[in-house]
Amino acid sequence: MLGKTAGGLFWMARYLERAENTARLLETGQRMALTRSNGADEEWGPVLQTAGVLQGYQSKYDEVTKDNAIDWLLRDTENPSSIRSVIKQARDNARLVRTALTYEVWSAVNGAWMRLEDQLKRRVGERDLPNVLELVRERTTLVRGAILGSMMRNDIYDFLRLGTFIERADNVGRILDVKYFVLLPTAFSVGSSLDNVQWEIILRSIGAGGGYRMTRGQKSGASDIADFLILDERMPRSLSFCSRKLVENLGYLAKDYGTEMPSAALATALYQKFDGREISEIFEQGLHEYIQDVLTELGKISAQIEIDYRFNE
Amino acid sequence: MTDFFDEMHNPDGSFRTAYSEIGQWIGEEDVARLRAKQREAEEVFRLTGITFNVYGQADAEERLIPFDIIPRVISSSEWQKLSRGIEQRVRAINAFLHDIYHRQEIVRAGRLPAEMVIGNEAFLPQMLGVSPPGRVYTHIVGIDLVRTGPDEFYVLEDNARTPSGVSYMLENRETMLKMFPELFSKTRVQRVSDYPTNLRRSLAACAPSATSGDPTVAVLTPGIYNSAYYEHAFLADQMGVELVEGHDLRVRDGRVCMRTTQGYKAIDVLYRRVDDEYLDPLNFNPDSALGVPGIMDVYRAGGITIANAPGTGIADDKAIYSFMPDIVEFYTGEKAILQNVPTWRCSEPEALAYVLDNLHELVVKEVHGSGGYGMLIGPAASKRELAAFRAKLKAKPGNYIAQPTLSLSTVPIFARSGLAPRHVDLRPFVLVSPEGINITPGGLTRVALKKGSLVVNSSQGGGTKDTWVLED
Repeated sequence: MLGKTAGGLFWMARYLERAENTARLLETGQRMALTRSNGADEEWGPVLQTAGVLQGYQSKYDEVTKDNAIDWLLRDTENPSSIRSVIKQARDNARLVRTALTYEVWSAVNGAWMRLEDQLKRRVGERDLPNVLELVRERTTLVRGAILGSMMRNDIYDFLRLGTFIERADNVGRILDVKYFVLLPTAFSVGSSLDNVQWEIILRSIGAGGGYRMTRGQKSGASDIADFLILDERMPRSLSFCSRKLVENLGYLAKDYGTEMPSAALATALYQKFDGREISEIFEQGLHEYIQDVLTELGKISAQIEIDYRFNE
Repeated sequence: MTDFFDEMHNPDGSFRTAYSEIGQWIGEEDVARLRAKQREAEEVFRLTGITFNVYGQADAEERLIPFDIIPRVISSSEWQKLSRGIEQRVRAINAFLHDIYHRQEIVRAGRLPAEMVIGNEAFLPQMLGVSPPGRVYTHIVGIDLVRTGPDEFYVLEDNARTPSGVSYMLENRETMLKMFPELFSKTRVQRVSDYPTNLRRSLAACAPSATSGDPTVAVLTPGIYNSAYYEHAFLADQMGVELVEGHDLRVRDGRVCMRTTQGYKAIDVLYRRVDDEYLDPLNFNPDSALGVPGIMDVYRAGGITIANAPGTGIADDKAIYSFMPDIVEFYTGEKAILQNVPTWRCSEPEALAYVLDNLHELVVKEVHGSGGYGMLIGPAASKRELAAFRAKLKAKPGNYIAQPTLSLSTVPIFARSGLAPRHVDLRPFVLVSPEGINITPGGLTRVALKKGSLVVNSSQGGGTKDTWVLED
């Protein structure tokens, strides 16, 4: 396989995952605003920050307002991480690697772009936002289904999976990074209603509410939520789960190609931060530093994969 | 429209034999259903991504080449004659290219003026004395044909560089099979779907002689913003080979290699869809980012096959075109089976005088132009356009050729008002290898969708149709 093709697959998967994550953040932001008595705009600052697009936003707008924040996240082409931008980039990458994709996957990605481009050409009013976000969810799910159901389990698949899990772990990491203070067990805030709202927000942003209640019931202690999102390997968006997938897929590539590359060792080292660890240890070490560390490692692994598999010259 | 030969109908309105099944089918079909099918076809094309980018448009929006659901039908006997003529012409083109880049016997024999070769922009001195593997220059050729009567076909132009459109031929058939399976069970149509397999086999058969084992083939594209990118990806996918861009390639140890996830891998045959001048910044245009520095040196040393060979453009140059009947005769020893359209070379003073006097009746084309750009259709032009063109002709006569305005045949399209005749041409696709010449039955039918228009180019409002060659 061409190095460029591996890169195109990796980034196609990253962009699709990002579209889905941003849609979820928007949904959460919208919900927060609705459940606030004053419909406060200030909730959108942290959302922009979590999506990693606050700086770009501030270079265009002086203050954070709900409408502008939604527009920036959803459809502004000046924002390279807006849903509209990443769907376009996913589709451009899919075109680039068209020969590596099945017709099912290609037409699912192309169809997603066609429908969403059509919807996002115009400003989306508050009333239509839920439908548009639902469309993002539906279309990205269709792509995932096409990948699972029609692609060979070979190096092509591995690069898609690597992109997916790097992006997902990065996204979950950033949510935890922005909200880590809510999870810290302090005598002052434990059990207060403010906490419950914040925890709910975190779970929703990650799309983990249902899984959490299923496995942990009504417990909503900070350490339970942190444990669930960081260490629980049944949870497909937990940091532990994502990093195990990185180890696995890099392992398949090593087996397929007959050589283990440096990125595999980096991924294994990352996984050791989760494997067999207790959440209490992580709290002792310092949650904030821990998450920062994980995000740095993810960046390194991503860069190393690009080098190892010759994405670029 | 009685001035034109209609391929579907006899002058009395009955169906010509080749169209009897189609005619019956259309008669029995519900118009609303056909309309729905037409829309459905468009949706399929969009989702599949069979789109092209229009050059020179700011937003570079992707467009669909309109597809018309009424097939164009060619009888088996018509096709047999055509394919004999095509094969003869393609053999002559390859012999001509070999000669032009070696002893130039045709010039020595006084059958072609030396300046037509040496002074020609499409002539590549770098190819002098180079013999491509298997002596094949044009691995893939598209011969543009037009029809003016039951038995009258003309070659409008030869495409010997990088002919495009074959993906439309294949996708049009796939779409028809999907939408109207019942038609194909009634009518026996010759298959086109073997083309990708034949292409790969044909390219592999042209691998350099030093190749051991199964040759590594790749398709070279200028990239995703090229107007024919879909086709490049489609062909690579269908052949099961890599689709590469210039920056994926580099010369290492005397071979052209592609950067794979496991290191550099040598390529034996490169089906390039990049023009000559962009192929190698070291040997041609130094600003090109699309090509591979040093590929021409590898090529000359026999380390890679480039398809089509560099320098083949001289064979489809419009000025050389006018010599084609001579060229065919010179190399095959036979009269050309396919007719050329009579052509005035404006570089010749007498011809120029005639063209200037009769401009309103003629079609004038730029010698190096393509895609229907920069041409004048006399009968359709305004006085002002004629005057402007007259000035251009006088300024640079050598840039132009002129031809009579042909009465192109028509085939009906499914228009808003029902069936309506529109002018068509035909581009059959030909594969050349040491194993022989393979012509896919049919080809790409392009149709001028605008009433009365003679311009079939997709960049100028043309569409396409599925083209059927019937079995015996």
